[in-house]
Amino acid sequence: MIPPSFEYHRPSTVEEAVGLLSSLGSEAKILAGGHSLLPMMKLRFAMPEHLVDINRISELSGVSVVGDNITIGAMTTENAVIADPILNEKVPLLPEAAKLIADPQVRNRGTIGGDIAHGDPANDHPALALACDAVMTVVGPAGARQIPASEFFLGTYWTALNDDDILTAITVKAFPDGAGYSYRKLKRKTGDWATAACAVVVALSGGKVSHIRITLTNLGPTAIRAHDAEAVLSGQAVTDELIKHAAEKAMAICDPAEDLRGDVEYKTAMAGQMVQRAIAEALSRAN
Amino acid sequence: MAKQIVKMTLNGQQVEQLVDSRTLLVHFLREQMNLTGAHIGCETSQCGACTVDIDGESVKACTHLAVQCDGSDVKTVEGLAENGVLHPVQEAFYEEHGLQCGYCTPGMLMRSYRFLQENPNPTEDEIRTGISGNLCRCTGYQNIIKAVQSAATKLQDKETASA
Repeated sequence: MIPPSFEYHRPSTVEEAVGLLSSLGSEAKILAGGHSLLPMMKLRFAMPEHLVDINRISELSGVSVVGDNITIGAMTTENAVIADPILNEKVPLLPEAAKLIADPQVRNRGTIGGDIAHGDPANDHPALALACDAVMTVVGPAGARQIPASEFFLGTYWTALNDDDILTAITVKAFPDGAGYSYRKLKRKTGDWATAACAVVVALSGGKVSHIRITLTNLGPTAIRAHDAEAVLSGQAVTDELIKHAAEKAMAICDPAEDLRGDVEYKTAMAGQMVQRAIAEALSRAN
Repeated sequence: MAKQIVKMTLNGQQVEQLVDSRTLLVHFLREQMNLTGAHIGCETSQCGACTVDIDGESVKACTHLAVQCDGSDVKTVEGLAENGVLHPVQEAFYEEHGLQCGYCTPGMLMRSYRFLQENPNPTEDEIRTGISGNLCRCTGYQNIIKAVQSAATKLQDKETASA
């Protein structure tokens, strides 16, 4: 399988890349890690006339800290996320979850920004971004703007990005001291997308939940934040019964697509299990 | 249309080639450079039979464009042996019978070669995770694991000997 013909462009700055995207219009696509786009091109699901390869724009990679804000360059690879000391210390959910994405070779190429910008509900970083209250930095012809994760994912393969925008960075807050976290992902085998997955970040104060995020992967047209499930636990001293109740609330908003991984009923049931396990694990790590 | 000049170091040799931008690295290697070691298995970045080394990282050559390798250092299984002497990883696969039909072997060798530089003294679990992007449909994993363990020992002995 060979992709259809295209013109290849390799800008060395974000400005140059945005200029190319503006002048080439909707026939241009950004090439990040390429592990979603190239397979889609082989299958003719995507047939861009121009590829703008942003792999050589060095300012798009790496992790930096300003105060409590941790900024991850969009072209930071999954393996770089896994190995990064700052992320492991301050937002350990991200490296732990990245280990569950694809396989070692793919993680050398796949990037956090590509995973988010693709808008695929099966990708893991959208739910993780929601769980971390991430803010996306997007650069377009009019300059840079910030978009919270909660406003970024609009539908399947549909995000707040315009054709001439580049997602340049993802900024997350360091977890509060003593926060617990978990990402539970049911998958059939290494490299597979989630049948159902759940991210949880929780902080306790005096034994009661002072901060909670519960988000879901591949259980609807976009990643989902389970607000009602969070509300069940918020302010409470958590019991097994409350965890079950929260899982029921999360299952109620699941709208997964039936595929070879299972039908709607099975995936929703597995979502409930992943939510319960993720809450329990996150709580066991919180102090 | 859409051809580009690509310069890269390929198995230690400088090469300069005119490449169609849509040519995947694995096709460039096999069809243009006559290096048929990297195999085309699934073509969907699942199986790892096309694994090569690009700038010190394992990459699936079926999901990477040849033009993206401009200026890169690429190593394929053909570049493992030096002066007709098998690389310790190859030697270990041979001795431990780490292959059955052999189709996945070039990818397994290239991944093991890189993995043992990332983690020179791995546990069995770490080996299984380290080569989890490579499938052997003969399911000959036990001997592959043994081969990687044996290669790790060989490489460490070599290191000690040269120290």
